[in-house]
Amino acid sequence: MVENRKVIVPIGPYHPLLEEPEYFQLYCDGEEVVDAEWIAGYNHRGIEKLSESKHYDQVTFLVERICGICSTSHPIAYCNSIEDLCGIEIPERAKYIRSIIGELERLHSHLLWVGLAGHFLGYNTVFMWAWKYREPILDMFEMITGNRNHYAMLRIGGVRRDIEDEDVPILKKTLSEIKDKVKMLTEAVLDDPVLSARLKGVGILTKDDIKNYGAVGPVARASGVDIDVRRDDPYAAYNLVEWKVITTENGDVFDKAVVRLLECFESIKIIEQCLDAIYGKKGEIWKEVREIIEGEGIGHHEAPRGEVFHYVRSDGNTTSPVRHKIRAPSYVNIPTFKASCIGETISDVCIILAGVDPCYCCTERIAVYDKDKNKKVYDFDQLIKKSIEKTEKIKKELGKEGKLWKHLL
Amino acid sequence: MSLKLKALKKSLWVYHVSGGSCNNCDIEILDLLTPRFDVERFGIILAASPRHADVLLCTGIVNKKCVERVKEVYQQTPKPCVVVAVGTCSCSGGIFRDGYQMAGPLDKIIPVDVYIPGCPPKPESIIAGIVKFLKELK
Repeated sequence: MVENRKVIVPIGPYHPLLEEPEYFQLYCDGEEVVDAEWIAGYNHRGIEKLSESKHYDQVTFLVERICGICSTSHPIAYCNSIEDLCGIEIPERAKYIRSIIGELERLHSHLLWVGLAGHFLGYNTVFMWAWKYREPILDMFEMITGNRNHYAMLRIGGVRRDIEDEDVPILKKTLSEIKDKVKMLTEAVLDDPVLSARLKGVGILTKDDIKNYGAVGPVARASGVDIDVRRDDPYAAYNLVEWKVITTENGDVFDKAVVRLLECFESIKIIEQCLDAIYGKKGEIWKEVREIIEGEGIGHHEAPRGEVFHYVRSDGNTTSPVRHKIRAPSYVNIPTFKASCIGETISDVCIILAGVDPCYCCTERIAVYDKDKNKKVYDFDQLIKKSIEKTEKIKKELGKEGKLWKHLL
Repeated sequence: MSLKLKALKKSLWVYHVSGGSCNNCDIEILDLLTPRFDVERFGIILAASPRHADVLLCTGIVNKKCVERVKEVYQQTPKPCVVVAVGTCSCSGGIFRDGYQMAGPLDKIIPVDVYIPGCPPKPESIIAGIVKFLKELK
């Protein structure tokens, strides 16, 4: 293998195309990619450890900040795990609202991916269109939850905010408008000769590849593996509404786009049914949870990228989890590049990598330390320098405060 | 005002650095370029290399692995340049302040000119922050 590694092409960690820091090394022989490596850790923030120092209610906000795109998937999975631990059944209205938020998120995430895929291909028209049609969805979020992203909608035992009856007709009107636009976008993207030429037959993942790598979500469904947590292990209101799982057979990047675009319509269908179900009714949206008992719980949610899995262990005495384990979908989806990238040309690799909709901020749960490098970052001189700087800073701040205090006298 | 500063203010070329963020600020920055906000009409575009940039838009907590890279990107940027800390993480550390991987906030690593707090800041507030800074420059 080594003699084949002719040229190394680095992508990242700060690459104009990627909005997150990530680092790929492509080993190329001419135009052909012979091998690829992925170096992680630029996005690691130590969330699992932080979660052990936070209160159970605070962890909901912490896990929300794992990822900005799937920022309600992690709280849903976390709340599911705590509810599994304590054996809580949440009120029906809360179930519907959870599903609405979850599906709105899928809608905005899939449109975001379609836009980015167009951007990666250098086809910026698709990027501008998809992101333009994504804006009304963010407006809906702002209306329901008060924020465009990071909705803070979930809490253990239910949801934080109710959807008022006055809002429902406006939401439905916006949804029907979005539906027309997404339909137009879908037809335009799927009929486009340029996109077909670039995406069809590129980065094929077979059923066996999917099973070997354990890939989940739209990536698996595009290769004909029929899995979806929403149907297989229902939670929230997914077993109370009518919808179907979209699958295609080819497993190339084009099919991944098809699956995602068609899923948008299923999401719209689910949201409409949920809005109908809560309209004109009153009900509890939250069940009070007095204590978290000793034990362990698991929870999952079908995020836009696949199955999010949370495991929480509690010892019954403290107010924070003893252990909190998170597995994000990209963690299993990204390694499939080993199967799909090799043998392709450099120009196609970018869209293949993007085809699994990788989310590095979700994935980076592990940090590997290079001891020598770590020393280099903080060698003795630098530590002394830092320490002196800090002392000076504190002195300065204290001086200011002293003055202020004198002035007040 | 020096010629360099005057030239800087004409059309801002932006390079986006993410030092371990949750992706949300980054997406709001990309959102700025899309039809609803469309900052390109003010001459603001994303540059492909820090060597072409006037503004560094930094997001995220800057974790220990990123420190050296962020410093290098700053050194590569021609001076004078404007460093903007977007989001609560890069302004103060936010919820990740006590994390073991935290090396920031950003102003401990490189000098910062503009702070735009918010989790994430709305695109409007990012525009407002930049405009406010440009007015201050005059």
